[in-house]
Amino acid sequence: MTGLFSEVFLSALLFGAVTAALPLLLAGLGEQMSEKAGVLNIGIEGMMLAGAYLGFVGAFYSGSLWLGFLTGAAGGVAVALIMALLCVRIGLNQIVIGIALTLGLEGLTALLHHFQFSRSYPRLPAADATVIPLLSDIPVIGPAFFKHHLIVYLAVALVFGMGYLYRRTQLGLNLQAAGDKPAALDVAGIDVIKTRTIAVLTTGALAGLGGAYLANVGAGLFIPFITNGAGFLGIVLAMLARGRPVWVLFGALLFGVCLSLTTAMQVAGINIPTDVIQMLPFLAVMIMLVLFGRRASLPAALGIPYERGAR
Amino acid sequence: MSIDTAPTVSATALDATSGAATRRDILHRLLMTLGPILAALVIAGCILLAVGVDPLAYYGYVLEKGLFSPLGIQQTLTRMAPLLFLAAGLIVAFRAGMWNLGGDGQFLLGAVTAAASAPVFVQLMPAWLALICSFLIAAVVAMIWSLVPALLRAYQGVNEIITTLMMTFLGTSLANVLVKLVFRDPGTTVPQTRTLPVEDRLPRLFDTTITSGLLLGLAAIIIVHLVMTRTAFGLKLRIVGANPRAAVHAGLGVPGLTIAVFAISAGLAGLAGAVDIIGVQGNVRADWNPAYGLAVIPAVFLARMNGFAAIGFVFLLSVLSIGGESAARRLGVPNHFTLVLVSIVLIVLALAEYIDHRYNQSRKA
Repeated sequence: MTGLFSEVFLSALLFGAVTAALPLLLAGLGEQMSEKAGVLNIGIEGMMLAGAYLGFVGAFYSGSLWLGFLTGAAGGVAVALIMALLCVRIGLNQIVIGIALTLGLEGLTALLHHFQFSRSYPRLPAADATVIPLLSDIPVIGPAFFKHHLIVYLAVALVFGMGYLYRRTQLGLNLQAAGDKPAALDVAGIDVIKTRTIAVLTTGALAGLGGAYLANVGAGLFIPFITNGAGFLGIVLAMLARGRPVWVLFGALLFGVCLSLTTAMQVAGINIPTDVIQMLPFLAVMIMLVLFGRRASLPAALGIPYERGAR
Repeated sequence: MSIDTAPTVSATALDATSGAATRRDILHRLLMTLGPILAALVIAGCILLAVGVDPLAYYGYVLEKGLFSPLGIQQTLTRMAPLLFLAAGLIVAFRAGMWNLGGDGQFLLGAVTAAASAPVFVQLMPAWLALICSFLIAAVVAMIWSLVPALLRAYQGVNEIITTLMMTFLGTSLANVLVKLVFRDPGTTVPQTRTLPVEDRLPRLFDTTITSGLLLGLAAIIIVHLVMTRTAFGLKLRIVGANPRAAVHAGLGVPGLTIAVFAISAGLAGLAGAVDIIGVQGNVRADWNPAYGLAVIPAVFLARMNGFAAIGFVFLLSVLSIGGESAARRLGVPNHFTLVLVSIVLIVLALAEYIDHRYNQSRKA
């Protein structure tokens, strides 16, 4: 067992946990905003896939990781635009459109990958890490948390930015109202449709960015179905977090540790089927739900399209 | 309390009674279904063109294999069997206002249970009894799997979307673990369960390759439709779906009904798995997950949770998936295009329904 819990191993495990957690964090933060505004965004898996594919394409052809993140976010926004148009503006059923978008993007990205990359399976070079001085010298924790790509630190900063947005700004309150009592927001002279559209498009950008990170930094390549349910995990994180961005961060880290453990155990040659380890994060969530589920609350108007004057 | 105005109560063409109006309604429905499908085919065709595949050839193969060739249509009808069971389960849940999105996990566990139990049972008892026992145990396992979300929703008010999604991830992994560790056939190198001999599977219909599971599936969805629309129990569930608080005040035992809904819905998903295994596949391979549930959910919505309309949509899904597999193989396109096609069909159908609704409203006004 000494080999398993050596210093190097432990910091590699935690490093992997952060890398695995980041896409979930971004997806969860995005979904949280949609849900706050009353849109259950089941299409987030599709948005992440669009982001992963376009992010990889952008980074691969330009050679710049940042451009890849930009194209990834743009891909997510493009899918979110369809969602906003169909579900927010004309009020189609969010679950039908969400699932349809996820299915469609799964197919489309796999199709495009087949024609573009399936012969060569190109890889991106390893991402440059931004090493934070002093902090990165701490044993175990230093290499695990303070030697990541710059975007990781930005995402963590975003968690607190979101917290500020929801608590202290007009837009944050508008978003909350759009989910809790859209009619009241409308009476106050704020456009509900516009508020919700902002939320859905932001979700798309964050999910796309998460997908791009997953493909470009996490894996270094794009393969079909690469997100593998990360978007759905984002939905769960958002629902568990009860509107608080910090809880999305904790939840994402928990999942990240479990996912990283899966890889680590394989590397360490421990003979448990990966399926068993893959069950860990979900098991953890179910236990959390059984223990604390009672207090989970969702916006009153979640999933209900807003139509002015409708009863 | 007037239940007739509840949004979930069906008023479809097929329930109507008067002759001429019905015919026009059916024609209208048909037009509103075929028109959007055509439009979707055109949009998807543009994607095919963009990747350099002849869309006409592709659709030709889809129709030939999925609909017109004798072997293809038999495969299509066989594919319908599990989908019908899944749709029936979703109709119960959605009409009662509960989002059982865990169909895939329940399906797989039902499938693994059936695959593990059927070869054992056939050695112990007559084949017909063995199959019935496998069906029952598959349904029961799927029901048990839905118990945690059901209890959490019934007594703690925990949103069932999260819990059923979680349970479906867990169920998929658990099914794999069971196949690889517990029920693995020692006689094969690839991890899979013991294969049920063809002669012990569900009989085929007449001289065709169509599984008799199709009839079971049709029976299931029609019974579900009638129970939901014609019985007191169905009415109770619809009240819970329309307004859970009103249901409490009307003296309904909402927690009990909630658990019943989950049990029925999951049980039917488990049967879907069993019918696919006992009728068609014969065994479960490791990592097998057809993910039928995800495509059936939107289809059930578009059918407005009407059993008869759902049969139509399930048929459409089957044609697209069987035909799509064949067309993809022949033209060297990955099968993933079927996903794109199904997705576009679903979106355009939803859009058409909205336009139709608006048109009717403006005509009334």
